[in-house]
Amino acid sequence: MQLPLWPEAASAIAVDVDHLYIYMSLVSIVMSLLIFFVIFVFAIKYRRRSDDEVPQPIHGSLRLEITWSVIPFLVMLTFFWWGAKIYFYNAVPPPNAMDVYVVGKQWMWKLQYPGGQREINELHVPIGRPVKLTLASEDVIHSFFIPALRIKHDVVPGHYDTMWFTPDKPGRYHLFCAEYCGTEHSGMVGWVTVMQPADYENWLAGGGSSGTMAQQGERLFEQLGCSSCHLLDRQGRGPILRGVFGSRVQLAGGQTVMADDAYIRESILNPNAKLVAGYKPNVMPSFQGQITEEGILQLVVYIKSLAITNAPGAPTAVLHPGPAVQPVAAAQTLSAVRSADQLNGGTK
Amino acid sequence: MSTALQEPEIKETPNYLNAEYGWKSWLFTTDHKRIAVLYLISISIMFALGGVFAGLIRMELLTPEGDLFNSDTYNKIFTMHGVVMIFFFLIPSIPATFGNFFLPMMVGAKDLAFPRINLLSWYIYVVGGLFGLAAILMGGVDTGWTFYTPFSTTYSNTFVITAASAAFIAGFSSILTGLNFIVTVHKMRAPGMTWGRLPLFVWANYATALIQVLGTPVVAITLALVGLERAFHIGIFDPAIGGDPILFQHMFWFYSHPAVYIMILPGMGVISELVTCFSRKGVFGYSFIAGSSLGIAIIGFLVWGHHMFVTGMSMYAGLYFSLLTMLVAVPSAIKVFNWTATMFRGSISYETPMLYAFGFIGLFTIGGLTGLFLGTLGTDVHLTDTYFVVAHFHYVMVGGMVVAYMGALHFWWPKITGKMYPEGWGKFSALLVFVGFNLTFFPQFILGYLGMPRRYHAYAPEFQVLNVMSTAGATVLGVGFLIPLIYLLWSLKYGKAAGNNPWGAKGLEWTTQSPPTTFNFDETPIVTEEAYAYAKHQEEAHVG
Repeated sequence: MQLPLWPEAASAIAVDVDHLYIYMSLVSIVMSLLIFFVIFVFAIKYRRRSDDEVPQPIHGSLRLEITWSVIPFLVMLTFFWWGAKIYFYNAVPPPNAMDVYVVGKQWMWKLQYPGGQREINELHVPIGRPVKLTLASEDVIHSFFIPALRIKHDVVPGHYDTMWFTPDKPGRYHLFCAEYCGTEHSGMVGWVTVMQPADYENWLAGGGSSGTMAQQGERLFEQLGCSSCHLLDRQGRGPILRGVFGSRVQLAGGQTVMADDAYIRESILNPNAKLVAGYKPNVMPSFQGQITEEGILQLVVYIKSLAITNAPGAPTAVLHPGPAVQPVAAAQTLSAVRSADQLNGGTK
Repeated sequence: MSTALQEPEIKETPNYLNAEYGWKSWLFTTDHKRIAVLYLISISIMFALGGVFAGLIRMELLTPEGDLFNSDTYNKIFTMHGVVMIFFFLIPSIPATFGNFFLPMMVGAKDLAFPRINLLSWYIYVVGGLFGLAAILMGGVDTGWTFYTPFSTTYSNTFVITAASAAFIAGFSSILTGLNFIVTVHKMRAPGMTWGRLPLFVWANYATALIQVLGTPVVAITLALVGLERAFHIGIFDPAIGGDPILFQHMFWFYSHPAVYIMILPGMGVISELVTCFSRKGVFGYSFIAGSSLGIAIIGFLVWGHHMFVTGMSMYAGLYFSLLTMLVAVPSAIKVFNWTATMFRGSISYETPMLYAFGFIGLFTIGGLTGLFLGTLGTDVHLTDTYFVVAHFHYVMVGGMVVAYMGALHFWWPKITGKMYPEGWGKFSALLVFVGFNLTFFPQFILGYLGMPRRYHAYAPEFQVLNVMSTAGATVLGVGFLIPLIYLLWSLKYGKAAGNNPWGAKGLEWTTQSPPTTFNFDETPIVTEEAYAYAKHQEEAHVG
């Protein structure tokens, strides 16, 4: 019979959350016991001894009211301050974090590494390195929750969200979907495997290949016909995408926008939303419904790779251009149209 | 004040129950007391229904595998548990029953300001309830009571529009009750009943009424938009058709967080009445308890974002919502401290209602303090959407509100029916409720910190022991609610006559006969003293 009372902690921030939780628990326990004790004493000491006793009222005390308003509030401010520090720390991933891309769909987690490796309901990461997850949803809201790391983040359709962590303890930890998402919500679970760096390199190197994520994105770029307008070395009907990612783009309306993941995604699905200055609307079709979130992420990674490489067709913005591993489902680069394929991915 | 009317012939005296007979005299009544009784019966049925769903949830969770129901059925069961309990029990519970019955009497009025609107509100509630039953009978709904988009608008294949209509319709009943209370408190107070003399139960219901009137229209709009998107594919919340699902959450919680205070404030009002009565002593810090009700109502409108810390909203917005959440905890703390101080040098007796009041203070304290864990950003990220949240809001909603409701029922039952219930059984079941409740929900705090997500049909095997404890507790809790049902019904026929004021309580409602006559008071009372003036008129303290 297992009766765990405290969850494992696999990162420094998890330990920090534990400390805050313990501090708040102690304050709460002291506070409750104090109130219960006083009530208990009053209930005994001032119990009714005869039926005709009538105690004199005490109308109140401003000094007491201020005391028991201000002191608890000051204590609560310490909760607030400590909690906000953790939240802010969690909000901004460090620039050197390694990327993993996550797509939630009813009812599985699909993960892809820049090297092209794919997994379903499994995440492998090495200790000691910050990992940044980019989260996208194919359908409804999910929530990516790793209790051992004390973090979760909703995965909201139409948004890219990020979360990050630096695991420091090898092991296998639960991965849960924490936002109710329909029939098999409680089956949308998996494992996070935290490994020693050497084991991680070995793991990455195993298995078959369908190219890096950027290469997959490049193939998609060809197949969807993007490359007929977005030429790489001369002006086509659309803007040249080389060097675009991470720069500020001048829009037709006069504003500028940072070309980040969310901007690339929006421009694929809704090209007229933020039109680049000098280009006409309604030239590019919307790819809404024509491409999965996984495909969009591959395109984003491909376009990202164009920002830092010169040779067309040889994107190198990948950490481990090794072969893909863990072919848990028939990994299709191009699964056009939102579809219910791979629902029985066989990884439960 | 008559004190000698405790003989069996009290049945002969005319009162609101025997003033007229026949079903028409009930279904077309405009007497606030009869409408309160209609509400009492209706919400008891809904409470029983919601309780059955709760029992089914706990049975499924005895084992880690999802083996009793299939996933879809389980999802429908917890959804209907939430919808029924929140929209059809917790929100109307105390205002529509004890508020309806006693608010006019406490201010010295013959009825509410708009008796026919009061009856209308009950009919609207019934229609809403029928929509809810229809949704269940047609096959149920599986969105969770929160109706989160785009699941509810695009992906669910269940009767979302019917269930949302049920909540939508019931909301209007709530608005009308609130409106009636506000006007009654402003315009119908008896001579001498100044704002500073209002019983704290009236203050609490007044603050509740403000939220009902200001907040409920927003959830009505939100649910209507869900219906429009689902039926006509107008893109509001679903990103695939140009909407934003986070918009829904902002609109939903803008009402549904204040709605939490709709559910708890009237309970706090009850506790103020119980603590003073069974300490036989004027309340400590009257203006702070009354003012904290208004404070909760106002600040309660500004904290909704604390339900959304992990949705990806701006971290600066998170900062703001977290800080205000700390602030809204202060008025609740003020109430607990003032109740405690009221007992100081009191004359405390331990009848059943007071046991419920003790239970409320203990459980609400735990519920309130654990709320701080969810208002604190760093801990909420881990705890949100886990069983910690389930445990927290059940400590407030069941440990707080339902326990207050049971306290109110036992406190005012003699006035409503003219009969006493068996005190021994009352104390015994109050104890069962307290023990069963803690055994059900305390393990869920641990489960939550361990990381068990809520709304899970099947769960990891290491969580089983705590879940078995929880189910065992739920069984005890269920018995604790069944026993009062039996002895209260029994008391209607066999209970001893209660007399006008069995507790020696203060307040205008205790100056009338039990049960009261149709127009409450033979003459309009003239109020010459503050609320809970137990020390004055000592000779009257012997009553009962």
